[in-house]
Amino acid sequence: MARFIVRRIVGMVLVLFAVSVLTFLIFNVIPNGDPAVRMAGKNSTPAQIEQIRKEWHFDQSLPQQYAFMMKQIFTGKLVSYADQTNVWEQIRMGLPRTFALGIGAAILWMTLGILLGLYSAVRAGRFSDRVLTVLALIGISMPVFWVGALMNYYLGYKAGWFPNGGYVEIAQGGIGEWLYHLILPWTALAILFIGVYSRILRSNILDTINDDYVRTARAKGISERRVMTRHVLRNSLIPIVTLWGLDFGLVIAGGAVLTESVFDLQGVGQYFAEAIGRLDVPPVMAVTLLGAVFIVVLNTVVDIVYAVLDPRIRLG
Amino acid sequence: MSEPILEIDHLQVDFRTDEGVVHAVDDVSLTLAAGEVLAVVGESGSGKTVTAMSLLGLNRSPNATFRGSARYRGQELLTASEDELRRIRGAEMAMIFQDPMTSLNPVQRIGDQIAEQILAHEKLTKAQVRDRVVELMERVGIPRAAERARAYPHEFSGGMRQRVMIALALSCSPSVLIADEPTTALDVTIQAQILERLKELKDETGTAIILVTHDLGVVADIADRIAVMYGGRIVEQGTTDEIFYDPQHPYTWGLLGSITRIDRDRAEHLPSIAGLPPSLLDPPQGCHFRARCPHEFARCTEVPPLEDRGAGHPDRCWLTVEEKRARRVVEGEIGLATKEVAA
Repeated sequence: MARFIVRRIVGMVLVLFAVSVLTFLIFNVIPNGDPAVRMAGKNSTPAQIEQIRKEWHFDQSLPQQYAFMMKQIFTGKLVSYADQTNVWEQIRMGLPRTFALGIGAAILWMTLGILLGLYSAVRAGRFSDRVLTVLALIGISMPVFWVGALMNYYLGYKAGWFPNGGYVEIAQGGIGEWLYHLILPWTALAILFIGVYSRILRSNILDTINDDYVRTARAKGISERRVMTRHVLRNSLIPIVTLWGLDFGLVIAGGAVLTESVFDLQGVGQYFAEAIGRLDVPPVMAVTLLGAVFIVVLNTVVDIVYAVLDPRIRLG
Repeated sequence: MSEPILEIDHLQVDFRTDEGVVHAVDDVSLTLAAGEVLAVVGESGSGKTVTAMSLLGLNRSPNATFRGSARYRGQELLTASEDELRRIRGAEMAMIFQDPMTSLNPVQRIGDQIAEQILAHEKLTKAQVRDRVVELMERVGIPRAAERARAYPHEFSGGMRQRVMIALALSCSPSVLIADEPTTALDVTIQAQILERLKELKDETGTAIILVTHDLGVVADIADRIAVMYGGRIVEQGTTDEIFYDPQHPYTWGLLGSITRIDRDRAEHLPSIAGLPPSLLDPPQGCHFRARCPHEFARCTEVPPLEDRGAGHPDRCWLTVEEKRARRVVEGEIGLATKEVAA
């Protein structure tokens, strides 16, 4: 276990290095990527641009610039090129919003995914199963920016049932307002995953139900309900639970960018998207590294949970 | 013989499939007395497993129809509700399955899996259940039982897992134990150990056993009576001695002839019965074995009833006892002559 975690930490350092170098280089080769020119503004003289270049160390060699940026990141002093705000402070403001969106959506899609998948499996081949199959396909095929925009327009703007985007902190508006503002974003983000999870669970259950040990369980004389929950569902859920961890990581580390932007939640994802639009490297770099850390950590947790749920798996 | 505890009368099991109706079990009648060992022998697809599973209702499905009757101590099983069956399963009739590698839940501890069955039928405290589990595991010959009860199936060898299955089956002291090919997936030395164990347990507990197998060699030692199945029907039924020393049905001859014998010179070919078992989707008219039988004659297109034709035990072959006794000897031993195939 200790060896496993040490190995993962070493791996994480390598991943962070590779990701940061790549991100750094990409923004250096993009046309119009010279930050000094953009920071100086339209009516600037070459002297002013040269001045900015010196102040912000853009005149140094690439490795020196990279090292400088890494130092700024790890000392928390990184500032945006576009508006000179501290990047970590911006991220700290956005993180609760992103987590509120991601955690809520993950709970929603897991719950509905399990319920619909189980129902579909029990009714396999019947009419209701076919309807759910079609609905799942539709859900999987709808892009979140489209669903989100439709929801926002029809349920928010037109019908007035929901707010037209935005985020309200619990401390300010209470839990009711907070929920009220998050219901549509959660739904929009979860739809795709509900479709995927219910399909995967359905096929897992239908595979498991014919396994020999399920027949053994029936032959024991335990109730059908117990056979389904303790043997079929319990074993079918193992891959779903691990997938859940991975997907949650992906959503937090960038998968929620579109949802946050459509519903104007002002989370880390939206901050990230706006920074890319302005070719503002520091926020992009910081969010990318944070996302990478999050994904590596969550992967490790998922592997440990997997080993707990299925004793045949060894951590290596 | 004492009063039978299990009576199967004219059992017929059909499965609807996409290709048509499969007549998996056709007119099977069997009885089992308390403490008796009945072997049901036949090749894959002969209906022996379906017969066994039907008793516990484990193969019920919307596509299956069951006709006839199967009674346990007078209680009808084929029409019993799931709740009635649940009380019988594990407690009165327990089953050991063919493949011990896949018959245990891979993510639950062995002890918990045995405890689950005990708790389903008896009200015991946790400590009592734990003691019972350890005692059962010791009884089937699992060393360091208390410690091993906390292990998972993948930490056991195949033979040890089959012992676990036996411990599981015996955990509520059932009156009937159905063992479906309990040794097929195991290697030969382990096979012998498992059979020996079953025999000892039968003597200790008085449990009646239905031993389903394709291997006549396995049953010689342990069975009191043998029913030979072919193509969903019982083709011959008798005591173990009758089947081994006075077999009446050509299929039984073939089975006996294909037992590999260690006391003879190695044959150049492994003896086998030519041809394939019949499709139960579209079974041949009359005797199901006729297509593979070298002794086929005109009358074989009629279904021979299972009756005693003078040998002292019933079979399904139209030949007379004298004809059978003459024709079953091939090169000085019981066997089935090779069928001449028309060119």
